[in-house]
Amino acid sequence: MQRNVYLYILGMWAISYLIRVLPLTLIRKEITNKTIRSFLFYVPYVTLAVMTFPSILSATQTPVSAALALVAGLAMAWFGMSLFQVSVLCCVVVFVAELFIK
Amino acid sequence: MQLTDRKQWFLKGVRHGIPIMLGYFAVSIALGIAAKNAGMTAPQATIASALIMASAGQYIGFTLIAAGASYIEVIVMEAIANARYLLMSTALSQKVDPELPLRHRLLMGLWITDEIFGVSVSVPGRLNPYYNYGMAAVATPGWALGTLVGVVLGNVLPVPVVSALSVGLYGMFMSIFVPPARKNPIIAGLVLVSFALSWVFNTLPVFGGISSGMKIIILTVAISLVAAILFPVDTKEDGHAA
Repeated sequence: MQRNVYLYILGMWAISYLIRVLPLTLIRKEITNKTIRSFLFYVPYVTLAVMTFPSILSATQTPVSAALALVAGLAMAWFGMSLFQVSVLCCVVVFVAELFIK
Repeated sequence: MQLTDRKQWFLKGVRHGIPIMLGYFAVSIALGIAAKNAGMTAPQATIASALIMASAGQYIGFTLIAAGASYIEVIVMEAIANARYLLMSTALSQKVDPELPLRHRLLMGLWITDEIFGVSVSVPGRLNPYYNYGMAAVATPGWALGTLVGVVLGNVLPVPVVSALSVGLYGMFMSIFVPPARKNPIIAGLVLVSFALSWVFNTLPVFGGISSGMKIIILTVAISLVAAILFPVDTKEDGHAA
């Protein structure tokens, strides 16, 4: 049977969109349960931390440059630099570091 | 919602979307290469990226399409790989104005990605949907164009440039979770625990069979749930949380 790639793409889009849109459209009220509210409060920070480490170490050519960017990024964010600054300077750290390390 | 308010939030979203765009561009080049290897054409891969905006989900989808999997198999795997968006969508449902009209909810749902979610859910107070639209307006082209470049140019782009751009996303993540961690020791502790457990999950061969999307959801649910039970937050007054 000949399958159509665009139909696959449509199916992938449809299921992804349903997953993304259902809670947002169906949950219209404030959730009052304290545990659920606390859970949702912690979710973004935990997700972002889980996604950052150790994935960052395999994102660049060498784990060393990524580790430097990790430390630099944590420090820059700690001392209040903006989202854009931290992001761009992390890229610069990797670029410069990889000029020296191969 | 006043007009100037919308415009301001949209522009702020565009500004905050730029690092996302750069990161997406770099990451999706790899995705484009994977799409090409899976036998997809440039238009197919680019359209898929513009619509689906999910790295792990698309990667799994492309791999399965190449392997000749059925429509149902691809859709089921897509649901598993993207299940974490259920959680993010739930969190956003608590972050927007309860009176927010349906059309905005339907639109916001289009662009729930890890990054857009992470940035938008962290704004103080209520979330204005125009912030998300601003981010999506720059992030989506970054993701789609990177995919296109990956399919067409593949390995022509200088490796050091792609390598450097790839950490942009992580820099953005750090600038979101570090400042609250500085103020709140519980969040700081959670970040360290998340780092440690994520490392364990990604290093021990026992967990090798679990997809990266599943790892994220398992760890997020487990750690956040334990934290919610041990350290319940009183989020009623400030509206900042949840």
